Amino acid sequence: MSDNGHGIGAPVKRVEDFRFLTGRGTYTDDINRPNQTCAFFLRSPHARAQIKSIDAAKAKSAPGVVAVFTGGDMQCGGIPCGWQVTDKNGEPMKEPPHPPLAKDKVSHVGDQVAVVIAESLSAAKDAAELIAVDYEVQTPVVDMEKAIAGGDVVHEEAPGNLCYDWELCTAEGGAKEVDDAIANSAHSVSLRIVNNRLAPNAMEPRAAIGDYDLASGEYTLYTTSQNPHVIRLLMGAFVLGIPEHKLRVVAPDVGGGFGSKIFHYAEEAVVTWASAQIKRPVKWTAERSESFVSDAHGRDHITDVTLALDAEHKFTALKVQTLANMGAYLSTFASCVPTYLYATLLAGVYTTPKICAGVKAVFTNTVPVDAYRGAGRPEATFLLERIVEQAARKLGVDRVELRRKNFIAPDAFPYQTPVALQYDSGDYHSSLEKALAMSDWEGFAARKKESAANGKLRGIGISTYIEACGIAPSAVVGSLGARAGLFEAATVRVHPTGSVTVFTGSHSHGQGHETTFAQIVAEKLGLPMENISIVHGDTAKVPFGMGTYGSRSLAVGGEAISRALNKIAEKARKIAAHLMEADAADVVFANGEFAVKGTDKKKAFAEVSLAAYVPHNFPHKSAHDDGEGLEPGLEEQAFYDPLNFTYPAGCHICEVEVEPETGAVTVAALTTVDDVGRVINPMIVEGQVHGGLAQGVGQALLERAFYDDNGQLLSGSMMDYTLPRAKDMPPLSGLQTATTETLCAHNSLGVKGVGETGTIGSPPAVINAVLDALAERGVTDIQMPATPFRVWSALQEAGK
Amino acid sequence: MRVQMTVNGKAVSGEVAPETLLAQFLRENLRLTGTHIGCDTSQCGACVVLCGGKSVKSCTMLAAQAEGADITTIEGMESPGGELHPLQEAFRQNHGLQCGFCTPGMVMSAADLLRQNPSPSEEEIRHWLEGNICRCTGYHNIVKAVQAVAAAK
Ligand code: FES
Ligand code: FES
Repeated sequence: MSDNGHGIGAPVKRVEDFRFLTGRGTYTDDINRPNQTCAFFLRSPHARAQIKSIDAAKAKSAPGVVAVFTGGDMQCGGIPCGWQVTDKNGEPMKEPPHPPLAKDKVSHVGDQVAVVIAESLSAAKDAAELIAVDYEVQTPVVDMEKAIAGGDVVHEEAPGNLCYDWELCTAEGGAKEVDDAIANSAHSVSLRIVNNRLAPNAMEPRAAIGDYDLASGEYTLYTTSQNPHVIRLLMGAFVLGIPEHKLRVVAPDVGGGFGSKIFHYAEEAVVTWASAQIKRPVKWTAERSESFVSDAHGRDHITDVTLALDAEHKFTALKVQTLANMGAYLSTFASCVPTYLYATLLAGVYTTPKICAGVKAVFTNTVPVDAYRGAGRPEATFLLERIVEQAARKLGVDRVELRRKNFIAPDAFPYQTPVALQYDSGDYHSSLEKALAMSDWEGFAARKKESAANGKLRGIGISTYIEACGIAPSAVVGSLGARAGLFEAATVRVHPTGSVTVFTGSHSHGQGHETTFAQIVAEKLGLPMENISIVHGDTAKVPFGMGTYGSRSLAVGGEAISRALNKIAEKARKIAAHLMEADAADVVFANGEFAVKGTDKKKAFAEVSLAAYVPHNFPHKSAHDDGEGLEPGLEEQAFYDPLNFTYPAGCHICEVEVEPETGAVTVAALTTVDDVGRVINPMIVEGQVHGGLAQGVGQALLERAFYDDNGQLLSGSMMDYTLPRAKDMPPLSGLQTATTETLCAHNSLGVKGVGETGTIGSPPAVINAVLDALAERGVTDIQMPATPFRVWSALQEAGK
Repeated sequence: MRVQMTVNGKAVSGEVAPETLLAQFLRENLRLTGTHIGCDTSQCGACVVLCGGKSVKSCTMLAAQAEGADITTIEGMESPGGELHPLQEAFRQNHGLQCGFCTPGMVMSAADLLRQNPSPSEEEIRHWLEGNICRCTGYHNIVKAVQAVAAAK
């Protein structure tokens, strides 16, 4: 272990910052390949239409055009979904075909109809206008409730527009037992909740370059991905039929993902395939308006929830019925988000004994919906924290006390929930008490008075959340329908002079892995940061990987690195023992030095690594390996498959001020206390929380991807879709973040994950605060986003 | 058509189509890829550069309009000796960046703010950065970084 000041727990400044701060990052659009062509996608302007014919002859002969391809040209598999969900009747979910270029029909505005490849982007765009597509426009299916009511269908393969009707109902008697429990409880409270649809809007638009090498027969795809190996698997095996050894996927610097860059997208397959057709590299970069209609959106649930309580106000049962929008096609993770990442979280931090969740996944003529930062868990948390709040108000009891009374006790771990998960560790009281103190909850009345004196309504809201992350144990997800394992891989290469390169299957697109992972190496091998490099994002360099999503980088990828480092330390100790003619059991390794207990014999790590590569004096394997000898070299690999999810949890408190005349909401303060397990770099952890909070505030107050009845996205640009800006966040003095720590019980680092806490914990805290402010005017409910218009309207309505 | 200007202290010129944006000229002709393009509606600010010291969105300006101008991009912010500009250093010290995509625009925009107003209030900083969107940091540490430079002046 190490005391070099940049090991575990140190707020080390980021290694990656220099290149980003000086314009030296390499994002996909920064890459130009020799002899490259430019691709432009012609996209459907209609939400639902049959394609009667496409005439591309004029476009093909337009100046600068190299090729034009349509669906008929591209004989390949469809874009696959990575997760098979089984319906409650035992039927597999409906998986309508998703061709990379539309074949006979288009199913959402933005669906790819043709690709034009030209010498310049402007030539490609000009030529695209010459393509004549004869559409037979049909009435689109947009509204989820209408979609399942009968009538038009998005896909014939999915009658009633139902992808699946799924249920997780762990009470022994099924749904009926939960209904009975609700009927027999002293109290019950119900709500209808719309979880607003969001457009992810990573600041870097998606981009892809396909580069086929005729000499080797190898394909390279440069792409804006959170998981290059997963793209290689999905695109290689399912869409294009290219074996792994002939397909390299590179995800260089990526400008934010938030889930939207997990998925395999059609454009990746098209540029890769087209590159082999024209035998030149093909580059595509999305314009923002394309991002809005082609990046998978997030959330979009309609839920009816009922919570029942006994006379002592202990929760007795919870019933949840959800419609989850899938959009027009099943994106990579789409089917598992509203099921296994959602319903399994419905116990929250509470001891509710009976829970039943029914989820209908619905196809609509909108862009696919998939994981967006939090994925399923924000939806679960939002409904729980809203219904608990509503129960407190209805019963006239203290909302904090009601939560405390129903918390899972700190000594109850491991805690088996009624919805499949087993929480390994946690202490919900300590994060709650800390957040209450930090936010000066007790002093709120005085602040409210002050606001009132200025004509403002002030409210305070709380949410106590849990999430499951670090996905996930392969055996568990396999039994739940995942079509891949969710382990992570790491290779640690110690070079002869003692510097280290780590190859990780995790991918950094803002998370700072090059720093955090290096800190783990620094800690374990006692090396300075400058001797450590972290390599990620290239299937030709990194042996394998499942990528970064679900806050899994540290808990799964970091743990894999840690295990490979253990193997390195163990082998190096044996080499050191040999060099010092000591028994390996007597050799201790600390601060980058091997020492023989009770003597002054020492070997530096670099001396040992050199001996591994110049093995003149080395404990070689004998000719007939006796099991004791070592091979030269110092490189180790670990594949780590976790035993369980990790369970970060915490408490978020929000304070808002509402201007009654305009309905404008100002976030005056946000306090977060998160238990993310052991913290490797507190500066980065805090940054992750800040960013998540902005997206949480965005969902609660600002953002809505909104389709009209024709399936046109009305908030399809940054002018219309309200992303949080600097002034939307609380002032520096009003934002407080802290952590509590219970260690994850099943990984050696004790880490849980922090990437998603902000988007999971904060939206209900914000909305509960808004409703607290409006309560005195008689407003009892409001949907997200609580825009000035909605708040103002609610006030008018209540005032009638 | 041919355009000429000074970029990061060097005289440059190039052959461009008349509709070429300054952002495209910087990225494609000069291969200065630190200037990013994050939107098509002049909203995000990832493309901000200095034109005669004033911050401009290089996606809303034609290369031809920059004829003869003195442009500074993120690549020109370091001192000739390779030392980081105080804003670059402050972003690093305060963890004012994550994915780095908005960062060049943020730094260039903040540089213009501090030129005009060497000691802005927190509110003035937030107001000024209205035209720069960051999806990663929640702005907190960006505001802190700008404040840190202002305080050091
Ligand atoms: S690219 Fe210039 S403002 Fe977005
Ligand atoms: S750091 Fe990623 S958008 Fe600002």
